[in-house]
Parts: sequence; C-alpha cells; structure tokens
Amino acid sequence: MTELPAAPQPSPLLDRHEALGAKIVDFAGWLMPIQYAGIIEEHRATRSAAGLFDLSHMGELIVEGPEAGAALAAALITDPPSLAVGRAQYSMICAADGGIIDDLIVYRLGDERFMVVANASNARAVSDALANRLDGFKAVLDDHSLATGLVAVQGPRSLDVLGPLADLDVGAIRYYGIAEGEVAGVPSMIARTGYTGEDGFEVFSDVARVHEVWDAMLDAGRPHGLVPVGLGARDTLRLEAGMPLYGNELDRSTNPYEAGLGRAVKLGKPGPFVGREALEKVARDGTARRLVGLILRERGIARHGYPVLAGGAPTGVVTSGTMSPTLNAAIAMAYVATGHAEPGTMLAVEIRGAPVAAEVVPLPFYKRPA
Amino acid sequence: MVPGDLRYTKDHEWVRVDGDEVVVGITEFAAHQLGDVVFVELPAVGRSLSQHATFGVVESVKAVSDLFAPVAGEVVAANGALGGQPELVNTDPYGEGWMLRVKVADAGQLDGLLDAAAYEQLTAGG
Repeated sequence: MTELPAAPQPSPLLDRHEALGAKIVDFAGWLMPIQYAGIIEEHRATRSAAGLFDLSHMGELIVEGPEAGAALAAALITDPPSLAVGRAQYSMICAADGGIIDDLIVYRLGDERFMVVANASNARAVSDALANRLDGFKAVLDDHSLATGLVAVQGPRSLDVLGPLADLDVGAIRYYGIAEGEVAGVPSMIARTGYTGEDGFEVFSDVARVHEVWDAMLDAGRPHGLVPVGLGARDTLRLEAGMPLYGNELDRSTNPYEAGLGRAVKLGKPGPFVGREALEKVARDGTARRLVGLILRERGIARHGYPVLAGGAPTGVVTSGTMSPTLNAAIAMAYVATGHAEPGTMLAVEIRGAPVAAEVVPLPFYKRPA
Repeated sequence: MVPGDLRYTKDHEWVRVDGDEVVVGITEFAAHQLGDVVFVELPAVGRSLSQHATFGVVESVKAVSDLFAPVAGEVVAANGALGGQPELVNTDPYGEGWMLRVKVADAGQLDGLLDAAAYEQLTAGG
C-alpha cells in the first residue's frame, strides 16, 4: 500500500492572508503565509512595534484526567506536575535513546488538565507517542489541533495592541503564564509566550472564530505599527533570539544537552520517564558536540548544511543561518566539536567550496532591551 | 511590465546591449520572487564567462540562487555598490541594481535571447 500525500490543509486564515497579498507556501502540510510586505520589513516591525502571526498550524493536544500530570511526567523530559495552574514550561518529548521527537510548550490549564503545543511537522508523531505513553494512566489525550486557531502578537507594543481587546488584565499574565478570557468577544486562552525574543502573547481560540481575533488585532494594531508577519520573518526572529527550530537544530539524532537545553531535562524528578537512562548517561559523560552561535567575519552567508571547519578540518555543520536584520551581520547556529565551542574561537564556514571566517559567539544573538 | 529595450533569459537575467558590451542584471520578477536581497557575489573583472555558466550568487534572507551568464565574454566591470547595498537589486533592478558589464565574445548569442514580449509571456501568471 502506498500512502498518497494528503492535500495541504489551508490555514483557517488563508483568505485573510491572500487579501493581504501574502506569498503562500506549503509548510508542514499547511498552506501558510511565508511573507507579506517582505521579511526584513516584517522582522523590523516586530522588533520595533509589533507583529501579528498566524500559528494555526501548530498542534494543540489536551491531556486530561486524574493522572494527567503523572502521565506527562513519564512521557516528557520535564516535570509538568510541578507547574502551578496557569503556568507553562518549555519541554521536549524524547525517544528511549534520548533523541528529540519534538520540542513543546506544556501549559497547565487546570488541576487535571494540560495543553501540549507541538510543532506542526511533528504534531502527528507527538500525538501518537503521547497516546502510547498515556497507556496505563488515568488520563486521556484529545487532539484539538484542527479545532484550534492560534494567533500571536509579538513585539514591544503587544500589550498596547491586545490589552484593549481583552476582557481581562492581560498585563497581569506573567511570562510563561496562561489565562482564559475573551479577545474581541471570542472565548480564548491567552498565553504570554512566543518565539521571537520579544514580549508578546499567543491567543488560542476556536478555529471557527479565529478570524475575528485576527481581524480585531490587525485593526487595533495598525495605529501601533503592527504588521502581519509570515513564517520567513518568524524564522529570522527566532534565529536572532537563539531559539532552536525542530528539523534544523533539533531532531531524532540530537539530544537536549547537545542543543544547550540540558536545563530542561529534570533528572531530579521522581520516577521513570522515556529517555531517562540515555539522558542520565549524557549528563554524566558530556557531549562530543555542542550547539554554538557563529558570526561570520568575512563576506558570505552561512546556510543550513554548510560544513564548519577548524584549522581547515571539518568540525561540524551549520544548522541555521541568515543575514540578521537587527545585527546587519551574517549569523548562524551550528553543531561543532565541544573543543571548538568556546566563545571567541575562530572557525570557518565552507561556502561554495571556500572557507569564510566565523567566530563562535554566545547565544542569543539578540536580547530585547530590558 | 518589463522594459522593451532589453533582452532576457529564461533564468530571469536581463541584458542591455551597449556597443560590443552588455550590461547584465536580474529582472524585477526575479528580484520579487527572491524577496529581500541581502548578499550578491560577483566575479572579478577580467574573468572570462561561458554562456549559461554560473557567474555569481544572489542571496535573499531565505534563499540562495545562482546567476547564469546570458552570453559568453569577459567581465569588464562588476557593480561594487551591491557589496554595501544589495537591496538595490530589489529597489532598482534595471538601473542601480545592475550586476555586470561584459565584453561580448559572440554577438550571435544575443539573437538567441528573449525579447520583452517573450519574457513577459514566460512570467505571465507567475
């Protein structure tokens, strides 16, 4: 039996994007906007004012039941039962060998109710793995991905944009917090999370009404300088912020420690969890390679897959790279041998056969002004 | 609308004939498809190009694209302004965003290029 490729799922906001003149692409099986006015303009608007993002392709998995927390603690590398209601944590689901199946945000919505947000490209794999791992626990998994629309506002003016539209004090929601309320009259869950390095909010609502949230935010945001932002600028924003992207920095052959995300692994939590033994060994022995930031010191742009050289010999590979609109420099993330991972180390990226000087720098490349 | 006085390739380069030399750039259509151009790599003056060979690279935020020589010849000038202002390729693709000036080796190759009407047809619906 061959499985025919499914037709891409249109974003519930596709008509909005088309009316705004967006360039539409098939991303992880979804028809999504890659850019509107241009990546650099959208990137800069998000850093200086606000950007509006359609993230309806993300996967939302609800885990509920008396043992929902315990089940997630056994399934993920973090300790969801330690979350207070209304709080969130960055997490991952790993395979038994410690390889990353996906990176996630886990929100505690109630005593016995959690929401796991997965990348669109992995939503199915996460849903399947979680369903398996919940077996034996008094907890059920409900995949709300197709029923949920997600709109994010990110940037220093986010609160000014969202505040007047919400029926609760969204300014009181702390970073990595989530609260229920109405946005433009639409029942929503409002989280202070994001993927840009800026302050901002992610608003989850019923897919049938997400266009009302989008329209209201766009209208209310325009006077503040808000623009719609596509996946292109989302990628440059997260790269400047040093945030990993699954498929680039993270994959099944990568463990959290190599990616510099060892702090997310809660080895101190009680009980077994999938990947524990493998990850304990990595924590004990260290890793042979590490994710680093690079800034190119000669002309050129490093791209995903380009080799990284130390003294002319291979030491690693670029996972993501672009011209940073904020720094006006070519930046990249790369895995390199641990001995070459110290900031200040001079390496080279091989670009079309020629070595281009690159310096290891601390991540993130960009930190928003306090 | 593409300028009527230029010749074009199916790879979206334009060619302006100037005596026995040509000026080469990429079309507005190509620049728009690429998005914000952030890097242009051009050959050194004096380099000899064969027709259809890669002569350089243009990179947008997201993509890397090769540039192909529309005709054979020797590079007599490259637009140094693109080093500091690669965005000229987007803002003025047929003017300040020019890339190369080439001394044409075989004028017969110019006849094989597309005229404006043919190029417009090529990109229609794109």
